[in-house]
Amino acid sequence: MTDPRPRIAVVTFPGSNDDGDARLALDLLGAEAVATWHTATELPAGIAGVVLPGGFSYGDYLRCGALARVAPVMDAIRSFAADGGPVLGICNGFQILCEAGLLPGVLRANRQVEFVCADVEVTVESTATPFTRDCRPGETLVIPIKHGEGNWVADDALFADVVARGQVVLRYATDVNGSRDRVAGVASEDGNVLGLMPHPEHAVDPLLGPTGGLPLLHGLVTAARERLAAPV
Amino acid sequence: MHVTVLIRPKTGILDPQGEAVQASLATLGFAVTGARVGRLVELELDARDRASAHADVERMCSELLANPLIESFEILTADA
Repeated sequence: MTDPRPRIAVVTFPGSNDDGDARLALDLLGAEAVATWHTATELPAGIAGVVLPGGFSYGDYLRCGALARVAPVMDAIRSFAADGGPVLGICNGFQILCEAGLLPGVLRANRQVEFVCADVEVTVESTATPFTRDCRPGETLVIPIKHGEGNWVADDALFADVVARGQVVLRYATDVNGSRDRVAGVASEDGNVLGLMPHPEHAVDPLLGPTGGLPLLHGLVTAARERLAAPV
Repeated sequence: MHVTVLIRPKTGILDPQGEAVQASLATLGFAVTGARVGRLVELELDARDRASAHADVERMCSELLANPLIESFEILTADA
């Protein structure tokens, strides 16, 4: 392959624990994953994409993601996102992006007050994001979830806006955690920031189970590669 | 100055934690018709007076301590 390997930052906060798998998956998909510490005030040189991985940053103290969103690296990520850079938040990363105001809504305790851990079917509701453009509208992806606080909440007014703007990107095929309208993933208005509770980085190798994460991460890698190629 | 912040799940917001607590209280034989679980934050801060302390803590609540989408907060300042 002659395409360049785009550099994608995987941010580690105290308590992140899926950062290693995220880096492995990105490397597998032709990117160069760059481990990035939460205290960084700038993203590493040449970064063309960002992943906020899963885990339990700051022990989920106060609210999931609330303390991580004030980490120094978040200012750099905010600027990168405002510039159109692709940012993917997975599980705790999704919670952080919501707390940071980069994505709408908030994640709360699962309706059943149980930690859920399962391979689930999610439906692609929007292909108008870099992450889902390899998918067909309505396509079903099988991706694992593992969370205690994945119940996405938005009030009626916010929810109506989010739906009207096409920001609902992924829905669970069945209700798994009480999430409003079975929302599994939402994007920013511009589509370049996506948060989702399912873990695409755990679903890239058939040896380990389903591979529904491949198109989403491939979309991120492609977007990062295009960002590098674009004239500055 | 000592300031106490009470953070509550907003009215109308589902509170699975409160429901679980209510169910457990029922198991113990208590007749409880509702339970909501919030959070309490105790702060010590240097402030000129009660009004400025209140203003500071209000900003802390908006920026970090509470999420306005799901939580309301109440600031209690002790008499100096």
